[in-house]
Amino acid sequence: MSVDNRFTQDLPESEEEPEGIRNEIITGPVADWATDFSHLESEWSADPYPIQDDLRQRCPIAHTDRFGGGWLPTRYEDVAAIAYDTERFSSRSIIMGNFRPPRDIAPVGGSPPISSDPPFHQHARKLLLPVFTKTAVSRQEPATRALCHELINAFEGQDVVDAARDYAQHIPVRVIAAMLGFPPEDGLQFRGFVEDLLEGINLPPDERIERVGRLFEYLLAQVHDHLEHPREDLTSYLIDAELFGHKLQADHVVGTMALLLIAGIDTTWSAIGSSLWHLAKNPADRRRLTAEPGLLPAAMEEFLRAYAPVTMARLVKEDMQWHGVDMKADDWILLSFPAANRDPAQFGRAGEVVIDREVNRHAAFGLGIHRCLGSHLARMELRVALEAWLSRIGEFTLDDPAAVTWSAGQIRGPRTLPLRLR
Amino acid sequence: MKVQIDPERCQGHGRCYDLAPGLFGDDEEGYGQVLGDGTVSPDQEREARLAVVNCPEHAIEVT
Repeated sequence: MSVDNRFTQDLPESEEEPEGIRNEIITGPVADWATDFSHLESEWSADPYPIQDDLRQRCPIAHTDRFGGGWLPTRYEDVAAIAYDTERFSSRSIIMGNFRPPRDIAPVGGSPPISSDPPFHQHARKLLLPVFTKTAVSRQEPATRALCHELINAFEGQDVVDAARDYAQHIPVRVIAAMLGFPPEDGLQFRGFVEDLLEGINLPPDERIERVGRLFEYLLAQVHDHLEHPREDLTSYLIDAELFGHKLQADHVVGTMALLLIAGIDTTWSAIGSSLWHLAKNPADRRRLTAEPGLLPAAMEEFLRAYAPVTMARLVKEDMQWHGVDMKADDWILLSFPAANRDPAQFGRAGEVVIDREVNRHAAFGLGIHRCLGSHLARMELRVALEAWLSRIGEFTLDDPAAVTWSAGQIRGPRTLPLRLR
Repeated sequence: MKVQIDPERCQGHGRCYDLAPGLFGDDEEGYGQVLGDGTVSPDQEREARLAVVNCPEHAIEVT
């Protein structure tokens, strides 16, 4: 057997500081959301919707000097236009922070295909599409359902449970670990990786590099384990995959593994948690859904619309006038699908949760070529998690509304969610 | 009445085959596909309409 020497050297990500642009880190209370927005301040995490609604009316494309400069469109129309315009907006970084990767990292980016631009994007995406179809992910459904019931069994004897930490969190972690072929007991570490990458945006650069390094070290160890013991999972699939007649480069393999691990976890965790939070606060919706389980598919889409967990980012490619604002090359765009999903110009009763909404062209999974690759997996996990919960726990309320905490940054959902079970 | 998918617009969200499984299926990459010749029987008209109004990419046409 020949030795696969792609993975014998250190990856650039795990080594010293990468090239790119760093800017001053600015934190602290926001003076005016139209000119100084920050998605990392606690006011935004606690309740971004009134801020977005206000901006949509008075300044639909807000600006900030933080993060080296960026824009926040809040109208559906503008969010959609940017998502579709891959000519003028690059995905070479999709996490808005204080570091911009060098331009020459495009069109591949650090974690293909989410970080890729055309023309490379479609090739990297095509490799992954077949393993994330609705049919392919349905194979994970029985194990997902069994896990949900196991988690609920563990609530026995407790009046109050943390639905974010003791339920929602475990579901995507266990599913993605199984798909990637990682040890199920490593799940708790993944939460740390997610927090490091998505929430540690304003940490000093050295600390950020060190934390990202830990993730890549872990992934590389998994690659080596799979090289020694190949198996039927996504990691072995990526190691063996070919593009343009060649095996993938090591940083492509590991970058995609990082993407699959990170992107699937706190997103779905957030969607499950937000749905349960809504049902705990709204007894009429909860009772109706328990009485009419056939309504769940529509209700789920409405939770995804109203509490869309994911905001993406783009980088402006060149200086330009865009929809009345003066964008500069390398300005960030904070691409808020949650804001788009609550635009009254696109949705009737946009600010309300209507669990039997029939017309629901929401953008929770994005629009255009970067449509969330894992959307079928996320929908399966969300459906199974809610079905299992509602079939076992009919009555539940927020134990203490003030104790609910929300994640910071681009992925929003409850991280502490104490529910009283009856 | 007939349904059609514009393959240039479809991104594989799968709303059509979720909401109207009698009219749409998925291909091996998850993109929507019209089953048969796309003819919608009168009792499938509601399904067809739901698929049209829920496609985030506006990729489904009814003729």
